[in-house]
Amino acid sequence: MNFNQFGIVFALLGAAAAALLAGMGSAKGVGMAGEAGAGIVTEDPAKFGKVLILQLLPGTQGIYGLLIAFITLSQIGVLGGDSNISLAKGMLYFIACLPMAVVGYSSAIRQARASVASMGILAKKPEAFGKSIIFPAMVETYAILALLISMLAVNGVTGINI
Amino acid sequence: MADNQYLYAVARIRTKENSLLDKSDLDQLMNCKNEASCLRLLADKGWGRTGDENADQILIVEQDKTWSLITELVEDMSVFNTFLYGNDFHNLKAAIKQVYTNTDFEDIYINHGTMKSEEIIKAVKEHNFNSLPEHMQGSAEEAYQVLMHTGDSGLSDVIIDKAALETILQKGKATNNELFAKYAELKVAVADINVAIRSCRTHKDRTFMERAIASCDSLNKSDLIEAAQNGVEAIYGYLSTTVYEDAVAAIKESSSAFERWSDNLIIRHIRPQLYNPFSISPLAAYIIARENEIKTVRIVLSGKRNEIPDKSIRERLREMYV
Repeated sequence: MNFNQFGIVFALLGAAAAALLAGMGSAKGVGMAGEAGAGIVTEDPAKFGKVLILQLLPGTQGIYGLLIAFITLSQIGVLGGDSNISLAKGMLYFIACLPMAVVGYSSAIRQARASVASMGILAKKPEAFGKSIIFPAMVETYAILALLISMLAVNGVTGINI
Repeated sequence: MADNQYLYAVARIRTKENSLLDKSDLDQLMNCKNEASCLRLLADKGWGRTGDENADQILIVEQDKTWSLITELVEDMSVFNTFLYGNDFHNLKAAIKQVYTNTDFEDIYINHGTMKSEEIIKAVKEHNFNSLPEHMQGSAEEAYQVLMHTGDSGLSDVIIDKAALETILQKGKATNNELFAKYAELKVAVADINVAIRSCRTHKDRTFMERAIASCDSLNKSDLIEAAQNGVEAIYGYLSTTVYEDAVAAIKESSSAFERWSDNLIIRHIRPQLYNPFSISPLAAYIIARENEIKTVRIVLSGKRNEIPDKSIRERLREMYV
């Protein structure tokens, strides 16, 4: 058996994990924030626009996961080109995707909790909306850092000749 | 209870908390010249439905509004049973007395319980206590027999009151929710202190106190009874060694000051829920806050109606949740 044939399997697994876990986190997060948002809008429909922004914040991780998955797929030749990569390189792609997959999932849920809490501020002090958005936005930092690392790593792995 | 199960409900409650009365609203109420102007002010704040209700009606409407909202938000209302067991036992006491006196009252029953008052009345009339929930059966039978054979309504009430406290404590702890458990603990502890003080002042014996005082975690029942046997000062001394040392000053002041202290104690314990966006606790806190608000408004309206001096009314006002 030629183990190098499994290189593409691990590489694809990494791309799938990035899209899957970050997407799951975002789906759960947007759902949580949506539930709380619906409660606010039921009582005060005028707050819909502001509630929507808070609800959308945990949705970005899913987009980042998609981006990493897309870059990985294009680098490993699944979308066209040469898909013949070694086992070691395939595993490197897999590892490169992990920051986005894991941090994406975790940060989306944490950000959703912060968004839900910020909706309480919106309900009571709508004038403090600007401040309330900062709290969930802070969590975004770590999703962006993970995106950056995964992106650099995937591109870097492509240049490694193993 | 799942942390994320009540996101929608808590968000709605957050908005509803904006319309709870705060200290400045109470000051406005107190500045009203009479009951009629208080009612007008309350109607302006959205209290009541038609705007022409009297004091009793407006308070009943507000209580109904709270429970309708909670019923709309929470599918399984049994999570709030800790708050409602007391009403069931109140209705049980009323039903036993109604059967004993062979009279027909309707306005002595409380609507919001875990079961309908009609079911309790039926069980007592038919002397079929097996149709009651398990936690009520024993005390119902005992209180019924005591009243029928001795006519001692005081003892009958004591039996049911103690069973109510034990049920509240047991069921409150069983919810595995910190707020319900704490609420139950405070309710029982406050009732125990109250019973100990009253029993001491009326020179009740140890047997009576054993029968009337319920066990709880924050008070040692035997120490409290021992202190009550030795006089009020001994109770003060014992309470000073517990977490309820603040109660001593309130008890010394008056019984209404002690009631106010105990209500304020519960409000202070639930106030952190104003900043908790998860779990059932903010909803439970809202219910307690509304009950406290309605009680406080009742005190103001009753005081204004009976032309009690503002200073005396103010002394009885509770702390508000918001």
